[in-house]
Amino acid sequence: MNEAKTLTCIVCPIGCTIDIKKENNGFMINGNKCKRGEKYAIEELTAPKRIVTTTVKVNNSVHPVVSVKTSEPVPKEKIFDIMEVISNTEVTAPVKIGDIIVKDILDTGVDIVATRNAKEI
Amino acid sequence: MKYDVVVIGGGPAGLAAAYEAYRNGVNKVLVIERDKELGGILNQCIHNGFGIHHFGEELTGPEYSQRFIDDIDKTNIEVIVDTMVLQIDEQNKVHAINNENGYMIIEAKAVILAMGCRERTRGAINIPGSRPAGVFTAGTAQRFINMEGYMPGKEVVILGSGDIGLIMARRMTLEGADVKCVVELMPYSNGLTRNIVQCLDDYGIPLKLSHTVVNIHGKDRVEGVTIAKVDKNLKPIKGTEEFIKCDTLLLSVGLIPENELTRACGIKIDRRTNGPVVGELRQTSKEGVFACGNVVHVHDLVDYVTEEGYLSGKGAALFVKDEMNTDITHKTKNGYGIGYVVPQNININNIENEVRFYMRVKNVYKNHVIKAKVGDEVIAKKREVKFTPGEMIGFSIKKEQFEKLVGNEIEFFVEGV
Repeated sequence: MNEAKTLTCIVCPIGCTIDIKKENNGFMINGNKCKRGEKYAIEELTAPKRIVTTTVKVNNSVHPVVSVKTSEPVPKEKIFDIMEVISNTEVTAPVKIGDIIVKDILDTGVDIVATRNAKEI
Repeated sequence: MKYDVVVIGGGPAGLAAAYEAYRNGVNKVLVIERDKELGGILNQCIHNGFGIHHFGEELTGPEYSQRFIDDIDKTNIEVIVDTMVLQIDEQNKVHAINNENGYMIIEAKAVILAMGCRERTRGAINIPGSRPAGVFTAGTAQRFINMEGYMPGKEVVILGSGDIGLIMARRMTLEGADVKCVVELMPYSNGLTRNIVQCLDDYGIPLKLSHTVVNIHGKDRVEGVTIAKVDKNLKPIKGTEEFIKCDTLLLSVGLIPENELTRACGIKIDRRTNGPVVGELRQTSKEGVFACGNVVHVHDLVDYVTEEGYLSGKGAALFVKDEMNTDITHKTKNGYGIGYVVPQNININNIENEVRFYMRVKNVYKNHVIKAKVGDEVIAKKREVKFTPGEMIGFSIKKEQFEKLVGNEIEFFVEGV
């Protein structure tokens, strides 16, 4: 783990430049415009996470794929393993926004949910 | 067919415009969409980050557009899809065509243009070399992967660091492609900083600033590209060429507002935005015709597109009810460092509280301030650590300030501090 880092916040499009440094009882954080930036900086220094968005194969619908996302951010190092599981998954229409496609993927406690409606044909 | 308001384009701009016109008391609203479903380009933008300003949460593109489609479904707004608008004539009648109804002439009291924008292609930037398969715009590749389920290539070079290029660098990496690098002509990226972090840095994809593609190799399929460093005048420097083996070149080299209809009906175009000159309610130079979204100027956040859609919907509603002032009281001027300002015209009688101006700077400015000046008096300013051409700047001026103005020209300019 790095003790100090300069980060660009990705929580929102403003993209604050945040300096973070580990101190005895916590962190020294500068440059963030909001609370979410503080949380991001600590997480980025200790255990970086990302939302993953991709598609999953859908049968019996207008388009061959339907878009999905992780319901919460997942550890960065697990992204490719998660992609592997999703690419071997198939669903059948109808699919609605928010439908759980894979529950608790790789024991992360995070679900893969649909981000698009796929109508049946 | 007779309507009060006809909206051309069913993407985020058009949906917001139609809904707002309806909410402001217009009964007969029609949305005409070229694709087979509503949602526009958001349908292919499956990444998250949309709606933070508008909804206060992070949505993916399809989720964002679905919220507006759901709103529209609850009203009596009519929608026709798979339909191409060909012309808007002198009386603002909309000429359109589709498979089912053939040629249609639709009468409208007000028309809202919301056709969005399209990508610049290889032809627009004249890259030398042979013409093999495997050269795509980034958005086309995005549609292929995210909607049609095709993978356009395995070894990829991306030219241009606009947001779509950056997003596609990550997307193709996730799908198993080897993205060799993103090549950017300018000494800075045109994309949002957050996209550079989470699309390139996260995956170790190099961003080569001040570089361009000088040759494309391959006969049937791309076999590689030659890139080179460019000098201050953006000319390739001899001796810096480097061959990169790849089977795919994605182009993310800018967007052009899609204004064929606008031009053909004689609406005045701003050569800086490539979109129509508009007023505070997004009225164009043709009475009864409004415009919003990327057809006016290319936005980097859809939240702002939605805001602009609302403005034009409100404007069209006022116009239909004959409650709009159609003359111009103030004009904006692009001063030092300012690429463009929207809106270009103002009528203060149509303003409720404030006018929100959107603008882009021409260059990267650190520790600068943007000022708005009338005559010799500075009436508003905005200071940021950094202004870059890739990030649109919002700038509000209150109605009271307008009423105090002595001149009718508002000049925006960048100044060092």
